[in-house]
Amino acid sequence: MSTSVSCKNVGKIWAAGTPRAHEALRGVDLEVEDGEFVVLLGPSGCGKSTLLYLVAGLEEATSGEMSSFGQSITDPAPDRSLIFQETSLFPWLSVWQNVTFGLSLGSISDKERKEIATEVLTKVGLRAALDKRPHELSGGMRQRVAVARALAMEPKVLLMDEPFAALDVQTRAKMQDFLLDVWRDAKASVLFVTHHIDEAVALADRVVVFTSRPGTIKEIVPVNLPRPRDPFAPEAQDLRKHLTAILSEEVDKAFAEQEALA
Amino acid sequence: MTYQATGEGGGVAAPSGIDAVLAWVKGPAKAVGWTIVSVGLFALLWEFLWLVGLADPKLLPPPHIFMGNITEQAQYFNTAQRWQIGADPNAGPTPYEAVWITIISSTMRVLVGLFLAAVISITVGIAIRYWKMMENLTLPTITLLAPVSPIAWLPVAIFLFGIGNAPAIFMVFIALFFTMTLATITQIDSVNQNYINVARTMGASKRQIYTRVILPAILPGLLVVLRLNLFGAWMVVLIAEATGVGYGLGQVIMLARNTFNPGLVFFTIVIIGLLGFFFDFGLRMAQKRLLYWLPKGAGSLG
Repeated sequence: MSTSVSCKNVGKIWAAGTPRAHEALRGVDLEVEDGEFVVLLGPSGCGKSTLLYLVAGLEEATSGEMSSFGQSITDPAPDRSLIFQETSLFPWLSVWQNVTFGLSLGSISDKERKEIATEVLTKVGLRAALDKRPHELSGGMRQRVAVARALAMEPKVLLMDEPFAALDVQTRAKMQDFLLDVWRDAKASVLFVTHHIDEAVALADRVVVFTSRPGTIKEIVPVNLPRPRDPFAPEAQDLRKHLTAILSEEVDKAFAEQEALA
Repeated sequence: MTYQATGEGGGVAAPSGIDAVLAWVKGPAKAVGWTIVSVGLFALLWEFLWLVGLADPKLLPPPHIFMGNITEQAQYFNTAQRWQIGADPNAGPTPYEAVWITIISSTMRVLVGLFLAAVISITVGIAIRYWKMMENLTLPTITLLAPVSPIAWLPVAIFLFGIGNAPAIFMVFIALFFTMTLATITQIDSVNQNYINVARTMGASKRQIYTRVILPAILPGLLVVLRLNLFGAWMVVLIAEATGVGYGLGQVIMLARNTFNPGLVFFTIVIIGLLGFFFDFGLRMAQKRLLYWLPKGAGSLG
């Protein structure tokens, strides 16, 4: 197996060199295997989303080395697709135009685009929404379109920034199952950011737990549960307990810090 | 400048079939109905004040007086030719034609000025955000000139263009250009960063980000800015015309002032109000057409 994402001693300081400088990440070492599902878990503001943006190539690391399949990460690349929490579909484009936006940047005919859109939208179960506009869809459907848009780029790495955080609990559970199907089918590795312990246990091959301010890796917890997973299995319960314990330490620390500031 | 959104009852989900047609008719019909009631009430109040002797008809002639003698008022609407020395006072267009020539002239000045200001300020605003050097070279000057009242530019307009259409168009342009440029920049800065990041991860070039993402994203806001500035354009064009462009609605008002003819003033005000109203209506329709992706009632005034 090759390494789809590799981070060596990665650090990020926002607004470095100014009085507002703020250290978001420090000394992050992480290797993601090809096809692996890795969840980044941590309290809000711990820099886990920052790491995702660095891997996406949208931001530059202040220190350390990052690479994807042996190539050093300097710019965004279509094979590393990012999916956001909030709707990021373009409201002025129809669903199929959104899905193939990335392809339209090159020289591909509309006919071909529509074929590819039909294919990926079928995969996410939204073939019927081809000609709809984003505002006509529900939150869950919009996120499925966002996933379809990422899939249309045939990514090797899917980067997801709390993609289901804005959805209600039932929809969220459905979307997790849906994502696992997509992941198995696409054979891409996934880096998934969440602050939801249940979500981490339901999805991950490995859970990377972050400390807060600056974000460092506190512990990497392997999840060796068979899929499909039973959320009520005793092993899952134990894992949740363990994650809750280490996470609450960090939350306590963050609270203490905030109180000291106040 | 404030603007009251007219109560259109927007945001109601469209039902199907005959209901949909009814609802479609009902919305505008309701709006028209309330417009008539609103204007009617205002006119009635005025008439009442006249009836009880509180509104002096020599100073504040009520609507039935100044709207009643349209034929008489129309003769004051004149084209420039008739004011020229040596011209036969009976030559040229009839009074009614003159009214239309006056209206069309003022409208044309507003439209051309608005169009030039919109195109150039949007271009300049985008260029300022696209090239840092453009910002460094132009933004301070634009910010410095933005608060200057258009009245201050009036002498400049006359120095540069004399009389005729050009100074009036210049006045409209200069009144709108600076604020619209700044508004464009504000719109660009408030584009959802996610949109830009999505385009970047898919390999969009800077040019593609501007043409494919930023431009459509700022369009709704720009149209609102344009609608708000439409009223500004009408105000400025009257000032320009009143001070010697030759003819136009502003010149008629000035003539009414000089000849102590309050009826003519109010008659012209009615015309200007109606023009502004229909212009706004037209722009709103254009907005609906252009911004087909916006859900009803979102991101726009009225």
